[in-house]
Amino acid sequence: MRQTIVRDVSDLPTYGYGPRSGPWWGAMGFMALEGMGFAVAIGAYLYLYAVNPSWPIGASPPDLWPGTVETVIYVLSIIPNEFTNRAAHRQDLAKVRIGLIVMALIGIALLVLRGFEFAHLNTRWDNSAYGSIVWLILGLHTTHLATDLGDTVVLAVLMFTRHAKPRRFSDVTDNVFYWNFVVLAWLPLYVLLDWVPRL
Amino acid sequence: MSIAAEPNDLRDDVLNGLQLSTQLERVWRTPSGWMGALMAVDHKVVGRRYIVTAFVFLLLGGILAVLMRVQLAGPEKTFLSADKYNQVFTMHGSTMMFLFAVPVMEAFAVYLVPLMVGTRNIAFPRLNAFSYWMFLFGGCFLWISFLFNVGPDVGWFSYVPLSSLQFTPTKRADVWAQMITFTEVAALAVAVEIVVTVFKLRAPGMTLDRIPLFVWAMLVTAFLVMFAMPSIMVASTSLILDRLVNTRFYDSSSGGHPLLWQHLFWFFGHPEVYIIFIPGTGMVSAILATFARRPVIGYPVVILSLIATGFLSFGLWVHHMFVTGLPQLGAALFTASSMLIAVPSGLQIFCWLATLWDGRPVYRTPLLFVIGFIVIFVLGGLSGVMVASVPIDTQVHDTYFVVAHFHYVLIGGAVFPLIGAVYYWFPKIAGRMLSERLGRWNFWLAFIGFNVAFFPMHILGLIGMPRRVYTYTADMDWAHLNLLSSGGALIFALSFALLLVNVIYSLRKGELAGDNPWDASTLEWATSSPPPPQNFDRIPVVKHRDPLWADSESLPVVAGLSAERREVLLTSLAEAEPQIREASPEPSIWPLLAAIATTIFFIGSIFTPWAVLWGTPPMAVTLIGWFWPTGSKEDEE
Ligand code: HEM
Ligand SMILES: [Cu+2]
Repeated sequence: MRQTIVRDVSDLPTYGYGPRSGPWWGAMGFMALEGMGFAVAIGAYLYLYAVNPSWPIGASPPDLWPGTVETVIYVLSIIPNEFTNRAAHRQDLAKVRIGLIVMALIGIALLVLRGFEFAHLNTRWDNSAYGSIVWLILGLHTTHLATDLGDTVVLAVLMFTRHAKPRRFSDVTDNVFYWNFVVLAWLPLYVLLDWVPRL
Repeated sequence: MSIAAEPNDLRDDVLNGLQLSTQLERVWRTPSGWMGALMAVDHKVVGRRYIVTAFVFLLLGGILAVLMRVQLAGPEKTFLSADKYNQVFTMHGSTMMFLFAVPVMEAFAVYLVPLMVGTRNIAFPRLNAFSYWMFLFGGCFLWISFLFNVGPDVGWFSYVPLSSLQFTPTKRADVWAQMITFTEVAALAVAVEIVVTVFKLRAPGMTLDRIPLFVWAMLVTAFLVMFAMPSIMVASTSLILDRLVNTRFYDSSSGGHPLLWQHLFWFFGHPEVYIIFIPGTGMVSAILATFARRPVIGYPVVILSLIATGFLSFGLWVHHMFVTGLPQLGAALFTASSMLIAVPSGLQIFCWLATLWDGRPVYRTPLLFVIGFIVIFVLGGLSGVMVASVPIDTQVHDTYFVVAHFHYVLIGGAVFPLIGAVYYWFPKIAGRMLSERLGRWNFWLAFIGFNVAFFPMHILGLIGMPRRVYTYTADMDWAHLNLLSSGGALIFALSFALLLVNVIYSLRKGELAGDNPWDASTLEWATSSPPPPQNFDRIPVVKHRDPLWADSESLPVVAGLSAERREVLLTSLAEAEPQIREASPEPSIWPLLAAIATTIFFIGSIFTPWAVLWGTPPMAVTLIGWFWPTGSKEDEE
């Protein structure tokens, strides 16, 4: 077939931010399906809650402090996260490095707290269906936390190597975006795990 | 934000014709040799593998079907023992659903969608390669287990408590659950790729209302996958946890509930039927337009009914559980919604019939299969509306009536369009036509064989033959119909043998296809057959819903993409306005290594929970390897 050139795209940039870029939509897609995973797990929790006359089954509700401290940190972490986001948009390497390190430290702190939270659930996974679903949900969220932490650490390291090129800033903003998802997913889980058993 | 092009960057506007093709081919080709094959990220290479692998699983599942029909051909046969029979029907159902029907549809999407939207590769090509490997390893895992007599034997939906440790102390149920995890990971990955490909990689000018119907169908399917499959992942994970570390999800003595399993399974399982069926409708629309020689009538109606079907399919799962004793109102609601979903499907059928009516149909093999689809699907839909009502469902639940119904829907709704699609797109993929004469034989054997095999099952069900029985006694009077059904199954199997012969013969001796042998209208036919590694020498610009019919002489294109490294054009979501020239990943061995690490993790965790600990670091290492920049030019801007 004969080709007629009707348009020239040489002036277009080679990377972009947000919904203009491909990876952002990829992150969006994975958040959608992971969000669905959380929704299904929450549904399973509520189903078991509904069919069981007593809840929590044979245990006292989880101790409040680990989950609550975590929640506070999650909400506050939005601030350095947004700081990193802006620095990445401005392609300010020094500030992005700081932001990523701070976020990595926050991730580590949350992971440690998560350990305490498991220890203070006051039930084991094999005690009852209640214990099982609580461990499953918390485990699911911990996987997300750990994955994002891993990504943050790798990006932080990258930013100290010769690979710290402009397009990496777009990756940083996607990482920021994903962290917001981890935070957002946590909030209903906090209510569900720590407060529903106290109803 | 924009980075000025370096002056020495070779662009496709300074090259022309053969020079441009060879240059792009060098940049985009898959490296040769074994290593190259393992590193492939070209969507056509991966798509072809995906298609072939899925058809191998069809063959395996089909062989099991024939074994079952041999066993059931007469009363009290001893060809298969009861235990073997349990494994065989479970393997048949699981293979067909998880290793054939869903993957084969996604496989066609992987091959065709990037071509149809006019781009050079799928979004996230390495994820695509990873997905294929996961699918392959999951399928092999299931089948190797079966050969070692640990094939699952608890039915394709693996109900608890049967599948719990107490009643299935062997590893058989774990194999089933973990096979699910493999295939769902693979399917979810492809779904995300398809969504992003359709959203961001469309050729400039391909606005939402110019997207080919097949692509729309695959987009809706991808969303169904994304929202349905997490449910089965939660289900299979919780099942395996119950079996492995004594969680109590399904243990009713500790607050667990067996019905939770059914909810989780069917919340996925019902949309699953549409995940198989909606791509089939996309194939039908593509084939119909080409052979009726006119665009499908009611393009917006078809799209809206696809979307409506997608939404409704999430409101139906409970109809698989009518006999579990639901509240009256719930049952009525789900009956209504189950009947409601017939409406959008019906609308689509009217659009297709009108298209045929108004067109000048050319009755080539692909169209024959489409017409066969319409006939069978209407019948299957009828029995579907019947079982959607609680009283009838209660009567025929777990009988051969249901077996007949879902084979009419699955084979009529998906396999017939699929075989039509094979005849239709084979010339594009292989560069040669399939034999038309064998094709006609193939169609008539399939159509007659299918009906003879499955129609009698309706009657068998009504006169009381339950499903999943390995034999029956002579005094039941089921023998004649069963023999008839087995005969039909043999004819049906023969039709697939003929397809195989046709493919092998035509690969060598088939007539050369040329770019556009059917004079079709969509972009995949605007490039050579098979397409070069870069798909198109220049990215097309779309000005019409049926670009190749609007102008069959010349193709408007864009220039200015790199000719010395892999670059694709990103466009805006609705208007498809060019936005970014984005780098597209090079071939890489890491997706395979990541899949191997994940496989070790998944299979290891059947045997010990500690696999979660020692299995994670290798996965992390391979993922870092995957994403770590290689220092090549496109990575470093
Ligand atoms: C060669 C054509 C086929 C034949 C002769 C055939 C035959 C059968 C038979 C006799 C059963 C019932 C087993 C029993 O309940 O005892 C069955 C079950 C089933 N078939 Fe097929 N089948 C064929 C193709 C397919 C295809 C293409 C699909 C899906 C796309 C499929 C999906 C299923 C499923 C899901 C079950 C249920 C398995 C279970 O009960 O766990 N079949 N098939
Ligand atoms: Cu259903």
